Amino acid sequence: MIENSSSEPKIVKPKVPNTERISLMTKPRLILRSVLAVLGLVTIYSLVTIDMAGLKLKDAFHSLGLNLNAMFLHPNVGQDSWSVLLRGLSTSIALTLLTTLLGAVIAFFIAVFSARNLSPTWVANTLKAVMAFIRSIPTIIWVLIYSAVMGLGANAAVVGLTFHSIAYLVKAYSESIEETPQATIEALKASGVRFWPIIFQAILPSIVPALLSWTFIRFEINFANAVAVGAAAGADDIGYYLFMASGFYFDFHEVGLIVYLLLGFAIILELISMRLRGHYLKSN
Amino acid sequence: MKAKYSSPQQFFRQRRMRLTVVLVILLLIYFGSVLLVNFNTFSSLAQIPAGLVWLFKTFIPNQHTTTYLGPIFYQLWRTLIVSISSTICAALLSLIFAVLGAKTTSPNRVLQLTVRFGASLLRNIPVVAWAMILLFSFKQSDFTGFLALFFMTLGYLTRAFTETIEDLDTEKLHALQAVGANYFQCVFCGVLPEAASTMTSWVLYMIENNIRDATLVGILTGTGIGFLFNQYFKSIRYDAAGLIVLLIAALVIVLELTSTQIRRAIA
Repeated sequence: MIENSSSEPKIVKPKVPNTERISLMTKPRLILRSVLAVLGLVTIYSLVTIDMAGLKLKDAFHSLGLNLNAMFLHPNVGQDSWSVLLRGLSTSIALTLLTTLLGAVIAFFIAVFSARNLSPTWVANTLKAVMAFIRSIPTIIWVLIYSAVMGLGANAAVVGLTFHSIAYLVKAYSESIEETPQATIEALKASGVRFWPIIFQAILPSIVPALLSWTFIRFEINFANAVAVGAAAGADDIGYYLFMASGFYFDFHEVGLIVYLLLGFAIILELISMRLRGHYLKSN
Repeated sequence: MKAKYSSPQQFFRQRRMRLTVVLVILLLIYFGSVLLVNFNTFSSLAQIPAGLVWLFKTFIPNQHTTTYLGPIFYQLWRTLIVSISSTICAALLSLIFAVLGAKTTSPNRVLQLTVRFGASLLRNIPVVAWAMILLFSFKQSDFTGFLALFFMTLGYLTRAFTETIEDLDTEKLHALQAVGANYFQCVFCGVLPEAASTMTSWVLYMIENNIRDATLVGILTGTGIGFLFNQYFKSIRYDAAGLIVLLIAALVIVLELTSTQIRRAIA
């Protein structure tokens, strides 16, 4: 009998090298998920505890449907006339132009002093903090405050809107200025160019596209704000007629017409902004 | 601009000319607007310092103000969670709309145009109109404020999300399609994970923005912190109104700082 005398053959198994476990759950992902989870929980809590004031949802949505139908399918001029409404619309547009222009000019000069590469750090930081504070207070509150100081009317609306525009634009402008390479400024300073020529000859021409696009964004925001603020400040613009039609006469036909007018202007603005953006992308 | 200039002098002359024309146009626009609006530039600008002084004198909270702290904090908290919940609900819906409406993932062109048009409509109906229409049907309740913020946010986020999806690299999507992934696999495994952090930062921005808008919506619909401010302001309890302004500013700044931190962490 043949016997295999040798013991069990030695089998060499390949060893699994020590690899690190690869997890798809990276830290940013984890933070992202936990942020979303917290927000979701707050949402659920808020929806459960929201005060509905004994509302019957079915009736409410039914009446909403009726009102929307009256607004969008049967618009008419109601209490006011076409000329009054069109004048109101042009006042709103003028208000927007005025506040954006004033805001842009003042904001540019403040932005120069709040850019870190142009002015001392403490000046820049103080200005930025003040602007952040102004920005964090809603436009409507600024307008209300100034209407208490100056009395109701266009002046309060203009000053209130401009205030918020300045704070918004200073942030945008100073960030654009800070993108100018330090070397450019150093070189000009070294060759003896003074402060204002550096800004108007070197920095301004290179950031004009960025400034224009930020100003245009602010223009759109200001238009929405001008309409919203009209009612509060009594600036006799389209927002005032909108507020009267919806809050006092309950004339949803007129509300519909005003909304159509505003939509028309907003669409024109959007077309301009699309063309501007196309132009801006092409030139880069 | 590749215009040829024969000399530096000519270049500078041309530039000065162009600048002058632009300045003249801007001045014309300015004075036209001043006439239309009836704005007195100098007397108004001169009143700004006086306004600020008045503000700091009358809006400073005093020891009497602490009696208002209870209702103010309660309404501030309600406003915060209503603006968070309206943003999140709108974000969920606009995510679906954005996937259906973005050029790269849209099933068909009609849907794409519908989504665009709908979002533009929602965005451009002014806050005043939203607040008033909803107030009429939903009465004076937190839910009215919620809905007004919800509809506006829906319009903004649909546009932002659509643009985020369109900005993504289309090659990954093509690669997924080439290996045989179906539409849903493409969307859930190719598009959404990639866009998630940008979209979250849009959501955070909208929450901040909604707190600010909540004030206006509150004044118009009689809910939340805006209503409380309006009430104190109209009844000349300026110390309490000032406290509200300070607290709103503090809340917005805290939110801004937190969301900057979160954005940096998830980028």
